[in-house]
Amino acid sequence: MKNKIYFNLTLVIMPVLVLLVACSSNDAPVPDTRGVYLLIDTSGTYTQELEQARRVINFTLSNLSPGDSFAVARVDTGSFSEKDIVTKTTFDARPSVSNEQKRVFQANINTFLKEVKSSSHTDITGGILQAIEYLDETGAGHKTILVFSDLKEELREGYVRSEIPLALSGYSVVALNVTKLRSDNVDPREYLGRLDDWKQRVETGGGRWRVVNNLERLESLLEI
Amino acid sequence: MSFMDIYLIVPSAFASGMIWFVLLAVLLYIARDPAHQAIRSLSRVIHNSMRLSASAVARSERWMLQRNKDVLLAQGREAAERMIEREFERIDATVRRDLAEYPALHRQLSEEATRLDEDYQSSVEVPPAPPGWIKAVEAVAKIPAKGDPVVSNILEDIHVSLEKASDDAMEQCRKSSRERHQILKGMLPHWRRVSQRLSQVNKNVDSLLLRSKSIDRHMEEYENIVQGTNQAVRTLSSSSITQFFVSAFVLAIAVGGAAINFNLIATPMAEMVGGTSRIMGYSVASIAAMVIILVEIAMGLFLMEALRITRLFPVIGALDDKLRRGILWAAFIFLFSLAGIEAGLAYMRELLMQDAAATRALLRADGATEIVQNSHLWITTAAQMGMGFILPFALTFVAIPLESFVHSLRTVLGVLAVSILRTVMWSLRLLGNLARFTGRLLINVYDLLIFAPLWVEQLIKTSGKRKAEAVDDMAEPETVSPLARESA
Repeated sequence: MKNKIYFNLTLVIMPVLVLLVACSSNDAPVPDTRGVYLLIDTSGTYTQELEQARRVINFTLSNLSPGDSFAVARVDTGSFSEKDIVTKTTFDARPSVSNEQKRVFQANINTFLKEVKSSSHTDITGGILQAIEYLDETGAGHKTILVFSDLKEELREGYVRSEIPLALSGYSVVALNVTKLRSDNVDPREYLGRLDDWKQRVETGGGRWRVVNNLERLESLLEI
Repeated sequence: MSFMDIYLIVPSAFASGMIWFVLLAVLLYIARDPAHQAIRSLSRVIHNSMRLSASAVARSERWMLQRNKDVLLAQGREAAERMIEREFERIDATVRRDLAEYPALHRQLSEEATRLDEDYQSSVEVPPAPPGWIKAVEAVAKIPAKGDPVVSNILEDIHVSLEKASDDAMEQCRKSSRERHQILKGMLPHWRRVSQRLSQVNKNVDSLLLRSKSIDRHMEEYENIVQGTNQAVRTLSSSSITQFFVSAFVLAIAVGGAAINFNLIATPMAEMVGGTSRIMGYSVASIAAMVIILVEIAMGLFLMEALRITRLFPVIGALDDKLRRGILWAAFIFLFSLAGIEAGLAYMRELLMQDAAATRALLRADGATEIVQNSHLWITTAAQMGMGFILPFALTFVAIPLESFVHSLRTVLGVLAVSILRTVMWSLRLLGNLARFTGRLLINVYDLLIFAPLWVEQLIKTSGKRKAEAVDDMAEPETVSPLARESA
């Protein structure tokens, strides 16, 4: 008799628990979502490379799914600022709305690329700090920072960046289209040293570092 | 202290070995009887316990066999009852249909017979008799003319009159014959109708006879099942295993259909419940799609149950007809609604795919290219919607193989359980016998290790016996012949 009561109670409680789990899962952070933050260098001659950035953005947009987050920000004199975020969005759970958001996102990028002006300095560290802040807020399960730059950081006098540790645990940092400067041609060690420095900084912060210079093969860009 | 320190009693390893061997042999010889008893007891304990276990398993196997037989016979009895019931229903329908028409048929046949009789009476009218004055004319004709012109004229007149009368009579006879032929011709359709009706009656009677033969066969099977004959059990078991495989195959096909259905509605479900939430690693959209399909299958089961095609839920079958029809309609309405929802979702799937394709094309072409619409796209859309609507109804029929599968699964599991029990029983017996003979082997090996003390013991015993016999021989003279002693 007692067993029967327990059995009946279990039958009642189990669906309730399933319903509770179903309801709670809507508010809980979803670990399978992806967050991508693209930093675009707008300093000096690098603005000539911005057409390549459009391809990267389109590729990323077409590969993101509902629930994922994507932001594009420029790297200028002082990049640790929300004002430098060109456009950002978290795609809706409904596929139709998500597609519409992608179209709007692309339109914003097109406008930005038409009107962009080059900056005098390059604050990559500030941009990465801003990216960390944004991606942490999204609660994405897999976080990727794409850096579209020659990786040469030029800070305005008084800006403190080198001593700030980058908390990149759980992040993938991908350097894209790292172009070689004129001085790199004179002394390639400068270019290699630049890459090594960034790799060291990212890995010290607990992140994963990759370089993708061949923009014809972007398939591995968002690899988890 | 190492092993070698203990082992080396004397500096020579061989000598030490021999000393140890002798010591151990002596010790083992001393402990021979208790050791033998211990080995024998252990082997007996294992052997008996295995034998007991095997007996218990054999009892379980017998019980399982009996239970399988009972279940099989019960299922077979139920199936045979259903078949006989169905045959009787068919006979009832035939009898109702044909016998209900019998008074009308009888009336029609009577009417046809009356008409035929009347026609027959009409057709047997006597042909007109020849005129009465023929004989007088014959007499006048015999008068000799002898050139008398008066007589010749009279005869000529008579001849003309007779020819005219003959023509009239001939015409009347023909007319009468024609009328009779017409009447006979009019009888033909009546004969045909009568023949057709009698053929129909014959067909109905033949059908009833066939049904009665079929019932006889089913009744014979039913009697065999009720008597529980081995033949009936074998037939039912074979039929059950065949049903199991056939129904499993059909269920596999149904699972394929359900998978296609699932793919059809899982994507658009994301539009309703969102595509990001997850429960236990599965997206809510997939779970919702699966739930819809399962609900459709459940509704199909209820529908089949309410139609009394299947008997998975005896409660539904036992309901009164009004309530059962209510359940039937409710299940059908639910199923129809869900089929409509699926058709809508299939349409939405197509729209979403087009939207996604347009977005991808826009992103690939940097917004420069217009999307070219395929003019035949409506065919795919219509096909998807059709599938979305039809598949739920097709899945309804899963109830039939499912019932067969559930019923035959019981038999197949029973057969499997009996096989497993037999294997266990055989293993237990094997282990018991192994333990028994291993005990004997161990005793022999034990004796082999102490062969030297045993040999010495044998020598001592033999010499002692000889001495005792010698003393006996000296004390008593031999009275028994050697042959008798040998036989003793």
